[in-house]
Amino acid sequence: MIEDKPKGLRVHLPILYPAVMLVVFFVIPFGIMLAVSFFQREPGGFYTTDFSIDNYANLFTMLFGRVLVFSIFISALCAAICVAVGFPFTYFITRMRRKAQVVWLVILVSVLSLSAVIVAFAWSLLLSQTAGISNLFVWLGLMEKPVSWSPGIWALTAGMCYIAFPYTVLVLYPPLSRLDPHLPEAAQTLGASPVTTFFTVVLGSLRSAIVATLIMVFAFTLGTYLIPQILGRPQHWTLSVLITDEAVYHSNLPLAAAMAVFFMVVSLGLVGLTTLIGKSRGPTTQ
Amino acid sequence: MAGLFLQDIHKHFGSVVAVQNVDLRIPHGRFVCFLGPSGCGKTTLLRLIAGLERPTRGRILLEEADITDQPAHQRNFGMVFQSLALFPHLSVGDNIAYSLRIRKADASARQRRVDELLELVRLPGYAARHISQLSGGQRQRVAIARALAIEPRLFLLDEPLSALDAKLREDMQLEMRMLQQRLGVTTILVTHDQREAMTMSDLIVVMGTDNQVHQMGTPLEIYRNPADTFVADFIGTSNLLKGICSGSRQVTISGKTLRIEALPENVKAGSEITLSVRPEDISVVAGVREGESHLPGRVAFVRDVGSSVEIYLDCSGFQIISQSTPKSRPAVRQGDTATAVLPPSACVVLTA
Amino acid sequence: MNRALRQLFLALVLIFLASPIVVVGGVSLNEKKSLYFPPQGFSLNWYVELFTESAWLIPIENSMIIATLSSLAALSIALPLAYFLWRYRVFYARALFMLGIAPFMLPPVITAIGFLTFWATVGLYGQMVATIVSHAIFFVTLPLVTISLGFESIDREIVEAAETMGADSKAVFRTVVFPMVRSYMVSGYAFCFVLSLNEYIVAYMVSGFTVETLPIKIFNALRYGYTPVMAAVTVFFVLLAALIFGLIGRFGDLPRLMGALAPESRNN
Repeated sequence: MIEDKPKGLRVHLPILYPAVMLVVFFVIPFGIMLAVSFFQREPGGFYTTDFSIDNYANLFTMLFGRVLVFSIFISALCAAICVAVGFPFTYFITRMRRKAQVVWLVILVSVLSLSAVIVAFAWSLLLSQTAGISNLFVWLGLMEKPVSWSPGIWALTAGMCYIAFPYTVLVLYPPLSRLDPHLPEAAQTLGASPVTTFFTVVLGSLRSAIVATLIMVFAFTLGTYLIPQILGRPQHWTLSVLITDEAVYHSNLPLAAAMAVFFMVVSLGLVGLTTLIGKSRGPTTQ
Repeated sequence: MAGLFLQDIHKHFGSVVAVQNVDLRIPHGRFVCFLGPSGCGKTTLLRLIAGLERPTRGRILLEEADITDQPAHQRNFGMVFQSLALFPHLSVGDNIAYSLRIRKADASARQRRVDELLELVRLPGYAARHISQLSGGQRQRVAIARALAIEPRLFLLDEPLSALDAKLREDMQLEMRMLQQRLGVTTILVTHDQREAMTMSDLIVVMGTDNQVHQMGTPLEIYRNPADTFVADFIGTSNLLKGICSGSRQVTISGKTLRIEALPENVKAGSEITLSVRPEDISVVAGVREGESHLPGRVAFVRDVGSSVEIYLDCSGFQIISQSTPKSRPAVRQGDTATAVLPPSACVVLTA
Repeated sequence: MNRALRQLFLALVLIFLASPIVVVGGVSLNEKKSLYFPPQGFSLNWYVELFTESAWLIPIENSMIIATLSSLAALSIALPLAYFLWRYRVFYARALFMLGIAPFMLPPVITAIGFLTFWATVGLYGQMVATIVSHAIFFVTLPLVTISLGFESIDREIVEAAETMGADSKAVFRTVVFPMVRSYMVSGYAFCFVLSLNEYIVAYMVSGFTVETLPIKIFNALRYGYTPVMAAVTVFFVLLAALIFGLIGRFGDLPRLMGALAPESRNN
């Protein structure tokens, strides 16, 4: 029964509804957005149907360039931090007993489900002058008086890492939990200390998973919209913020659409890269 | 050379007992099998020796040095895991050279050793291949080569052949035995397959569902003189008949007296015993015969499997299985009356 | 030594994850309308306000309705899709799966803009149904991935056994497939629900000015004036998520739902 070739039209019924839904409500919207990106902005309203690449030309401004570079930089930084901390963390989790794993997974998934608004709010509070941890440092004698660290570049980084960390763990969880537990043991019987084992065998055999995760987290953080707005100063605003800004506050839907299309091409390129890396899992001789 | 000593070894995981009361001496240079049903603790015992687990109680000594607290990566033992645990991201050569790399051997020394080992396991020239390109049997050999790279003091194997098909398994059994004899390395192999243990080992350690060692001896010793009913039943097939000791040279089974040659030490007249007799030692004659080694009964079933004939006899409450070759097959059919002859020399009296 | 280091590392991560929540929790219990930690004066005012003021109740209601319905819709799209892809081998299987994955893989901003332009064109911009459908599509990836995982875990031989015992494909679905996939459906729905409750940008772009969901309300409140009710909302959300996933963890096999293999028994 499994993996037959579907015979006849009737059999295709279950696929009809999902396909229609996805085409109508996903493919078409993107088609429209692509079209709009070529339109002209009409002051005070939406847009006039036209065809011009002005919007794309506008992308090559200094502002856009600077924001793009900053977005890439901050996303890469967060991805690196999240994976560097997340990998050993997930590794430890997968070695725990089932019950302990469940507890940690519930914690992580609960944090993951938190709205970016809430996370931003919580961190702005945590780093604020009146209620934040600087008070703790003052109390411990490490600082003289409480300061506010939000908004700021570190607040932004902290907030983004906080959002991305559970996602990192959940992406690393399947490959790490499927790692043959005998591999590290074999390394030990061959003379590798626990630390050497971790670096040569655990990291080694999961190389492609790590790279894929880095890229996925990078793409994920690239899309954050709220954290930069709340925890970052205007110079820290990322591409997503810019796009929404254009769309809503400057009512320049065509330009926003153009930026969004460009952004989409970059994101899809990254996802494609991930799949490619995932495919070429050939081991290399050292 | 003293060998490996396990003294009063116990291992618990929480409230679950994995291994208890183990006192063993493994002589140097021998091929030893830990044999038993699943759950008996044999793999745990192996892992304790390897240093992958710590005993809850007891000491482990190698050549008189106490290694109980020594971590696994310092013990210099070679181990082959059931899943083989080959490093998927390294080539065949790099897998084998792994332990040499750890010990900072230089590239040419590593290369030489890798080639040497590949010759030994009959995979010459495979150094550059990827693990994924190998068949099951080939991976097996790479795992062996890898474990032997540093000329370990002990060679440990955890059910290494269980994933192979029957023919390959038999070939590998012989190969491994010859390899071990050539290298002279003390080897411990864990298996649940008693035929495998009988084929390959100098000594067998039989463990039971009570997580203890029941017997240690050569394959022939264990076969001929099982220490208890568990061993008698686990190794080969055995007829186990419950009865009472009724004298210094006889036992009574279901009212019939049988002569036996020897009694174990603590058995006196009146003690409950179990008589163990191998099917191939029992002969069957047609009709009812009386005698000090005869048990009359009725033929329940005859099984002719080509190379041997098995006759199932119902004798006063027991079912006795007799095995003979086609040449010496008795002329009986299902339903006939017949008598089983149990020669005293083949009867082993067991107390447990 | 190694063990202690590992415990320390885990503790630090836990502190990192928990401290914002703890601070927010403290603030939510503050008596006065200021943001101080540790709280000065203890009061549950803000929680009361959260659940009695219509300014908050309406967004809560909106969010709940949207979450419930959109998750159901997402599930209704994901299930037949996953089933079809598992059952039949078609050359366009991968393409269809990618289509199902795509909404979630793209940066939310992009999806939001896409929906915005679409609904504006269609004329349903600002309606709740637009938000519901948008969320359904946006989140369809989640149940699709979890349910596919569930289908993958069905041993082919079990299906074949059922067939040899006389079950046709409908019966197989009803008696074998559905029960085995059910827990993945539930977790997919729960994920969807919680994420929809928390989702900001799509809801905002599509009908943010007319249909105010809870995250939108919070964001507005953040811009235009602090109130500790926001802290109460945060705590509410965290507890709700923890409750839902805790239930799944308690009654289901959460590690397996997240991609681990079935637990192996310690042998020998």
